[in-house]
Amino acid sequence: MKAEDKHPLTDYVREDRMPHIWCSGCGLGTAMSSFVEAVKKAKLEADNLVIVSGIGCAGRVAGYLNFDSYHTTHGRAIPFALGLKLANPKLKVVVFSGDGDLFAIGGNHFIHAARRNIDMLVICVNNFNYGMTGGQVGPTTPLEARTTTTPYGNIEHPFNLPYLACASGAVYVARWTVLDARRLTNSIAEALNKKGFSFIEILAPCPTTYGKRNKLPTGLDELELYKKHAILKHGADTKEADIVIGKSIITGKFIDIEKPTFSEIYAEMVHKIKSAKIGEE
Amino acid sequence: MVERFISGNVACAEGALKAGCRFFAGYPITPSTEIAEHMALELPKYDGIFIQMEDELASMAAILGASAAGTKSMTATSGPGFSLMMENLGLGIMMELPCVLVNIQRAGPSTGLPTLAAQGDMMQARWGSHGSYEIIALTPSSPQELYDLTIRAFNLAEEYSTPVLVMSDEIVGHMCERVSLHSEIEIKNRKIPSRPKAKYRVYETGEDLIPTIPNAGTGYRIHLTGLTHDERGYPAINAETQERLVKRLNDKITKNAASLVRVEQLFTEDAEVIVVAYGITARIAAAAVREARSNNIKAGLLRLITVWPFPDSVLKELASREKLRSLIVPELNYGQIYYEVERCSRGKSTTLVPKMGGEAHTCNEIYSAIKKSVSK
Repeated sequence: MKAEDKHPLTDYVREDRMPHIWCSGCGLGTAMSSFVEAVKKAKLEADNLVIVSGIGCAGRVAGYLNFDSYHTTHGRAIPFALGLKLANPKLKVVVFSGDGDLFAIGGNHFIHAARRNIDMLVICVNNFNYGMTGGQVGPTTPLEARTTTTPYGNIEHPFNLPYLACASGAVYVARWTVLDARRLTNSIAEALNKKGFSFIEILAPCPTTYGKRNKLPTGLDELELYKKHAILKHGADTKEADIVIGKSIITGKFIDIEKPTFSEIYAEMVHKIKSAKIGEE
Repeated sequence: MVERFISGNVACAEGALKAGCRFFAGYPITPSTEIAEHMALELPKYDGIFIQMEDELASMAAILGASAAGTKSMTATSGPGFSLMMENLGLGIMMELPCVLVNIQRAGPSTGLPTLAAQGDMMQARWGSHGSYEIIALTPSSPQELYDLTIRAFNLAEEYSTPVLVMSDEIVGHMCERVSLHSEIEIKNRKIPSRPKAKYRVYETGEDLIPTIPNAGTGYRIHLTGLTHDERGYPAINAETQERLVKRLNDKITKNAASLVRVEQLFTEDAEVIVVAYGITARIAAAAVREARSNNIKAGLLRLITVWPFPDSVLKELASREKLRSLIVPELNYGQIYYEVERCSRGKSTTLVPKMGGEAHTCNEIYSAIKKSVSK
């Protein structure tokens, strides 16, 4: 193959692992291609970039991206990534996973990593259900939505993820739909160069297990829904970012603040211990 | 060389620092807490990282992440926390990431007796994570051994590219004794890949069956997964790959059992009855055996220092001796290692001497069992 025939992002994807396992109409492909575009845009040193994911459809991203990548246990991508980052602060660590993985089984790790301001980017591809296990209810399933374990409609209030991230202490919080591919790419590039705990929620269609039970039988149907309901509102109060069937979906960049990271404060403490000899009786 | 009068838990933390541990993630749980506290005090002085995590699941995941970055890492816990670490222990075994997990055992089930000793996690250590695997677990009997065996645990983890367990108990963890913080044990570090990056396959191994896994950020662009994977580290969900991978994971430990297994024998040469014990129980058993000898009973002691892989060949050889009439297994549980001893006993009478209540056996309890076994 001639160099000019090569796709410009080939180096970032494991071509020998294609085709991927995702269903037709799934939003994960767009999320992943926006991510690799963003890596290029952010001018990151690819050898230093580490991807960690948990379990589920989104968890498979780690295997398709050509960086050092770790496909860990269900819900534990964040603490695994924390270990990587704290042990080697030079690494750029990205957690790429799904709503069930990050916010049901992994919810506790998310809030604590945000609270500690661990320098990492967490990307959550939210498809409102557990896709890989066949479409069960998740912590982001909207009220009244049908899933295989809410056959009469969901009766549990879902998480508003940007609000949760914001309340837990994240320094960068944004939400996009996969229809906003360009804004999403720019936002990921921005977050990749942001210091501290950053969070991006990506709303993505899942026609196979969520859509077909909720009057959105094709991926295109859910994209139409985004087109109809999504409202771009940078700096919006995340309290208002609830996702309710039939109502507007607020997207945009909500939070972008500066705060010292865990590693920075830790390094300062180490410096003090070594220079002032505190801690020695 | 420094000698200090310290607890087993502090000795364990000192051993870890000596071995080169520079990352500790843990969640406080009695009776292991002093290990975390000592690491919190000391690690920053070594430019290491101490972090108290939100729970044990996160602690185990974090030390695997730190290991993936190339740092020697460790966590310490006790019974209920150990249970919570089991899933990610399996991930460490599957990804083949070196690290050390210390369990200062307490009485269970469940919350049990939080401040009192037991040896109730010995089978959880062996089989607690799901799937078929082999594990290396060491059982110290003294603060000095908590120091020495913690260093050895790090060495074995690095050498075999796998998590290694230190299975102690509350009494050894909390007792204070003189400990030599020596440097007599050679410190081993994991191998770094030497093959060119283009041709590199992360789980390709030589005859030793042990992979050389590059640290994150060194340009190899590896993929590690908890899924069944091929030599490239890529998921391969089929029977053939599962068989090849799991067989290698098991073989890399079992084929080296002879060098991994360490035991101590006392008066076993002519013994008619042998006590098999480990941890705090082994020290009391030694006194009971001496008491028996002073009363002309031919008793001996086999002290397990490596408990997994189990010293099958040592026990089978002892059990096959004609003079040997019976085996006695005192344990702070209702029978765990006892069943392993029975499995290797070649039909010789094997007696469990269980002890509940969070205390160690008295010397007399073990001595009585010895006496009874020879009077039959």
